[in-house]
Amino acid sequence: MAISVKDVKHIASLACIDLDEAQEERFARQFNSILEYFKELDGLNTEGVEPTYHVIGLNNVFREDVVEPSLPQEEALRNAPKKEKGYFKGPRIV
Amino acid sequence: MSDVIIGLEVHCQLNKLNSKLFCGCSTRQQGLEPNVMTCPVCLGLPGALPVINKKAVEYAIMVGLALNCKIAEHTQFYRKNYYYPDLPRGFQITQYDYPIAFDGVLTVDTDGEERPIRIRRVHMEEDPGRLVHQGSIETSKFVLVDYNRSGMPLLEVVTEPDLRSPKEARRFINKLRNILEYLDVFDGSLEGALRVDANVSLKGGARVEIKNISSYKGVERALLFEISRQQNMRRRGIRVVQETRHYDDERNCTITLRTKEQAEEYRYYPEPDLVPLAVKSWESELKGRLPELPDAKRERFKRQYGISDSHAKVLTAEIRVANYYERVAERCDPRMAATWVADYLKGELNYRDRDIRDAFPPEKMVYILEQLSNGTITDKGAVEVIRALLDEGGDPKDIILARNLAKVETDITRAAVAEVLKENQAAIMDYKAGKAQAFNYLVGMVMKKTGGRADPAEVNLLLRESLECT
Ligand SMILES: [Zn+2]
Repeated sequence: MAISVKDVKHIASLACIDLDEAQEERFARQFNSILEYFKELDGLNTEGVEPTYHVIGLNNVFREDVVEPSLPQEEALRNAPKKEKGYFKGPRIV
Repeated sequence: MSDVIIGLEVHCQLNKLNSKLFCGCSTRQQGLEPNVMTCPVCLGLPGALPVINKKAVEYAIMVGLALNCKIAEHTQFYRKNYYYPDLPRGFQITQYDYPIAFDGVLTVDTDGEERPIRIRRVHMEEDPGRLVHQGSIETSKFVLVDYNRSGMPLLEVVTEPDLRSPKEARRFINKLRNILEYLDVFDGSLEGALRVDANVSLKGGARVEIKNISSYKGVERALLFEISRQQNMRRRGIRVVQETRHYDDERNCTITLRTKEQAEEYRYYPEPDLVPLAVKSWESELKGRLPELPDAKRERFKRQYGISDSHAKVLTAEIRVANYYERVAERCDPRMAATWVADYLKGELNYRDRDIRDAFPPEKMVYILEQLSNGTITDKGAVEVIRALLDEGGDPKDIILARNLAKVETDITRAAVAEVLKENQAAIMDYKAGKAQAFNYLVGMVMKKTGGRADPAEVNLLLRESLECT
């Protein structure tokens, strides 16, 4: 198998997701079946086909450099589990 | 330090824009309460959709052109995924492998030699929020987060590893700052406007990345520290490991953040909420809108005002100094103006660690130079007026009056000379015996008697005349 349980654990840690053992096994199986499916695409002839970055085919959507009202502080902090003196409070990472 | 290899990633806030990169929140941030300049987009709330600021794209192209870059046919955004409290969404929107501008060059003057520094790329990205650590970054248990800065438009300018010393790195950053200010897309005097990551290695050694140097002076200091750390390790036979270090400005040292084993995996993927940009067609119009840049202005100043290359260089480095000089030069002798602005005014400002914006208006400089040209004050008096204006403010005319700086009349000087000669017979004897210092002593006595307001050239002349006649 291309993706091992070890890979799944690593990806879960990058994404900050806790998985139990059963989930790790299940995701490893699912990841592999997804990759298998992509292998089928590798069989297609894409000679001369431009890469697609976006499915809607639009370019150059802009806004003008105009200021719009921001949220009041209480509103911005309303869903924060922890706050202090107008700040969001988060865990130390480093 | 010829075996030193430095590459820079310079993050500059496009703080002359009105609104943030992907939302309408204001870019005016100074002195605000935390979290008062946010919206669902820059707070990363679910479902909020970013839309790019058109002017930010124009500014990015202008910077690319000013750095002699190529402009991309196709450019787009990516999500750079990592968990850090300054990123509300868990990813930063940046450009990854489709930067808007690439393959440029900027020449930097290092001790008289102009060296080309290659620019690898210039790309747009959003600024993360600001973290406030209580205590130091190593000991604090939690962080306070202010998302006012989240979504501020940033340009990241990435060089090739072409820089050879901390001093050269500082000069590169200064020149970059000056160009951005010429383009009027950036105000480098605002706090946090410019932040630098530096890659440093000794030839043949591992590369160390120093993150988050946040002051102009910090760049040179951090690099000096890191280079001597690597040199000491090499001397003691210890291998330098590839790692990321954080620069601590207060303690002036670098500390390990993560080693290669913990290297970042950002899982970049195309940002689905922002459509790609095809803006190369803007290039010629924006090129036409570029202002005269430092190197071109320097040549014009030499041609138009007949000033020396070194004066032209000092006067054109910063756009504000150049504008100041031109306002003085249009009403005075341009060469005299060059000396007084480039040497005296800049010198006095540097000494005070101040900016030309904190100087007095050019009209006052014109007045001082007029008083100097028509013989009302001496060079020494003019310097005193400049110092008084910088330190106390006021009007040059009042300062000349209040401090008695107006040059004394020839009659008064003549009288002082006569008195000094009467009182210093011994010195006259010495002079006649061929002692040169005796003459200087006499000049000094006359200056003292006139309170320093006599014209030294005139004192010299009158003294010689009198001494010949006695
Ligand atoms: Zn916003």
